[in-house]
Amino acid sequence: MVYHSFALPLICFTTLWGLVGGVAPFFVPKGPNRGVIITSLILTAVCCYLFWLIAILAQVNPLFGPQLKNETVWYLRYFWE
Amino acid sequence: MGALFRSEEVCLVQLFLQSGSAYNCVSELGELGLVEFRDLNTQVNSFQRKFISEVRRCEEMETTFAFLEQEIGRSLWPPLIGPLPVPSPAPFAPQPRELMAIEEESERLAWELREVSRNRDSLRSQLTLLSQYRGVLIQTHPLTASQAPPPPQSLETAALMDHRQDTRLCFVAGVVHPWKVPVFERLLWRACRGYIIVDFREMEQRLEVPETGEKVHWMVFLISFWGDQIGQKVKKICDCFHTHTFAYPEHTAEREEILIGLQNRIMDITTVLSQTEGYLQQLLARCVVALPRWKVSVAKCKAVQTVLNLCSPSVTDKCLIAEAWCPARKLLLLQSALIEGTRKSGSMVDSFYNRLPSPGSPPTLFTTNSFTSAFQSLVEAYGVAAYREINPAVFTIVTFPFLFAVMFGDVGHGLLMALAALWMIRQDTPKNIRSSNELWRLFYEGRFLILLMGLFSIYTGAIYNECFSKGLSLFPSGWHLQPMNWSDETLRGNQFLTLDPSVSGVFLGPYPFGIDPMWHLANNHLSFLNSYKMKMSVITGVLHMTFGVCLSFFNYSHRGQWSSVFLVLLPELLFLQSLFGYLLVLVVLKWLLFGPAASDTAPSILVHFINMFLMADSKDNTPLFSGQGQQHPLVTDTSSINTLHGDLERGEREEDEEVIEKFDAAEVFMEQAIHTIEFCLGCISNTASYLRLWALSLAHAQLSDVLWVMVMRISLSWQGMLGSVVLAVVFSLFALLTVSILLVMEGLSAFLHALRLHWVEFQHKFYSGTGYKLNPFSFSSIIDSL
Repeated sequence: MVYHSFALPLICFTTLWGLVGGVAPFFVPKGPNRGVIITSLILTAVCCYLFWLIAILAQVNPLFGPQLKNETVWYLRYFWE
Repeated sequence: MGALFRSEEVCLVQLFLQSGSAYNCVSELGELGLVEFRDLNTQVNSFQRKFISEVRRCEEMETTFAFLEQEIGRSLWPPLIGPLPVPSPAPFAPQPRELMAIEEESERLAWELREVSRNRDSLRSQLTLLSQYRGVLIQTHPLTASQAPPPPQSLETAALMDHRQDTRLCFVAGVVHPWKVPVFERLLWRACRGYIIVDFREMEQRLEVPETGEKVHWMVFLISFWGDQIGQKVKKICDCFHTHTFAYPEHTAEREEILIGLQNRIMDITTVLSQTEGYLQQLLARCVVALPRWKVSVAKCKAVQTVLNLCSPSVTDKCLIAEAWCPARKLLLLQSALIEGTRKSGSMVDSFYNRLPSPGSPPTLFTTNSFTSAFQSLVEAYGVAAYREINPAVFTIVTFPFLFAVMFGDVGHGLLMALAALWMIRQDTPKNIRSSNELWRLFYEGRFLILLMGLFSIYTGAIYNECFSKGLSLFPSGWHLQPMNWSDETLRGNQFLTLDPSVSGVFLGPYPFGIDPMWHLANNHLSFLNSYKMKMSVITGVLHMTFGVCLSFFNYSHRGQWSSVFLVLLPELLFLQSLFGYLLVLVVLKWLLFGPAASDTAPSILVHFINMFLMADSKDNTPLFSGQGQQHPLVTDTSSINTLHGDLERGEREEDEEVIEKFDAAEVFMEQAIHTIEFCLGCISNTASYLRLWALSLAHAQLSDVLWVMVMRISLSWQGMLGSVVLAVVFSLFALLTVSILLVMEGLSAFLHALRLHWVEFQHKFYSGTGYKLNPFSFSSIIDSL
């Protein structure tokens, strides 16, 4: 009976991608490619964070549940729980 | 931001090149690859230009080189593997003295080669003829030696033979091509009707046919006949079939003598031939050593002369004037190149440059390294950026692999792709960079792109929870079966049972990273995944397009078109956000506010959206938030009013600005109206176009699932020792199908669709792509094409 919280992953991933997109750009060494690297870091952080966020938001309030075969139910009852 | 955000500043310079040092200055510029020369002599015919004789000379030398290369290809033994080596370091453009030396030497070599080849060919044909003669004598020896003496004259034959002039037995001997033998024989028989005897023997040695050079077994034939007329007929037929006939003496002793003489002659000719061959190989070896440097030197000289043809002579004819496009930050380098050229030619007078104002739009220049060049070429395949326009390639570095990965998401396939890309990155040898295999070069130049695509695919695959179509259970699932309290009879009685999230304890919180693995085992997983992926596609699409519209701000601000910001950009943004931004808000609200408890009465976003447009209301569709009914008309009105307003204002503003020039007010309004309609309809169709993200990821997931179920699972359920053999065979089939269908075919398909989304939906919002590239005069590109 594992309870998954919603807040903990939210905080973790927000900080992770926030670090990648907001803090790492300040540590990029000066050079001709600095602008490109900073843009890439910010875009990566935004895209990956958004993708993860959509996935978890879609599952936080499910309107219907999975439909399993009876053999699968039997197997899962004894092996997963 | 640097070189990639906008194209570099390019200015027009006028170069004054002193006549003595013009050649050296231009060759210095060619070594650097700095500037693009403009043609100042467009009205002059190409045959009337100043340096046309020099160019002609170079072209003649190039023809000689082509002949030398052809001879090398034809006769060098052992043959060269691959093309001629590229000389390193590359020689400089030759001075006039060096050029003359190259010309003399190459022509002498070519003349000698021609002579030697001719000699060798004639020696070879002589040898063939002699060998054939020898073959004839040897092969027919048993025939004539065992010949019976002519039949004694009897009464009947005497009468017949009285009509003939002579009754001596004559011979015609020779060789004929083996393919012509049946026809030859038949024709002889038909023509001479039994008054001849023909014998065919195959030669032991293979000798070559002079025309084609291939070696065949010639057929020796011996025709014995009586009578002169028959003789004429036979000779004519032999000529007709291109046979080689030889004098055939009747007596054996004579034949022996001729045979010995032939043997001696053949030995002599063979010796001479081998010496000739040796000399030929020597000449060819000299060619192989010298030719690469000559080719590069002459190519450089020709290029410089062609550029000098583009310059116009000054009034006093003491210096040449050239116009070139030069990047603004490299002007000092240009100056130093001119000084260097002057120094090399030993001239006292300096060449200098002068900056001119640019007529029209300068060319665009982006400095890319091996990482960014792949993305830049993706964008340029659509169109080269206009001068100083925002370059979408900077953003494409991340958004393109990301959109690809959304359509390709699978951890296993992404891993394979990333590993393949890493292997290609390690293959950094010059042989691979200059490979002549077009397909390999295509993949090699995109190796960083493929690496990024693979890495992002690993991430999206982890979120989709797909690894070779199996789910990964990193965390325990959020769905639990025990609280449903199904008894064994229920299990035996029903084949399918649905988990109900409204029962307490069944659903305990969302899976922290990605899609819950329980959905992989469910029969109705597509119902959930389709809804999730469709909403994800629309969200991604709206955000991508909003980003594109916002980027046009930078273009307007750079050109100082602040009116466009208020009259075009803001209305576009408002329209987009009030319709599709609102849709996004509805989607997120539905996710957050409506749970399993309210699953019966959950609102349908689609119906709400349609009603908003029709300004109608469905009674049994619950509003998402209080006051939604009143919001809808407001939203629709806002969007429609502001686009019209923007359109009118823009038209008015254009009219004010261009009141001096003659134009058609109606035309401007029409243009703006078309642009408005295009944008509005385009928004809707482009948003729907992003649904391909859902469609392709679904196709990929289903394909890999089918491959697993139909191929791999069969072998894994086979038992016993035979099962291990079956497993090995089936796994190789599985691997082959995975690579060819899922990696190559699906990869190319997702690549294409991601590219289309970038080109049409994203770039159309802000990118015009109507520029032209700066094509600098550079020797390295000339050498690469050799």
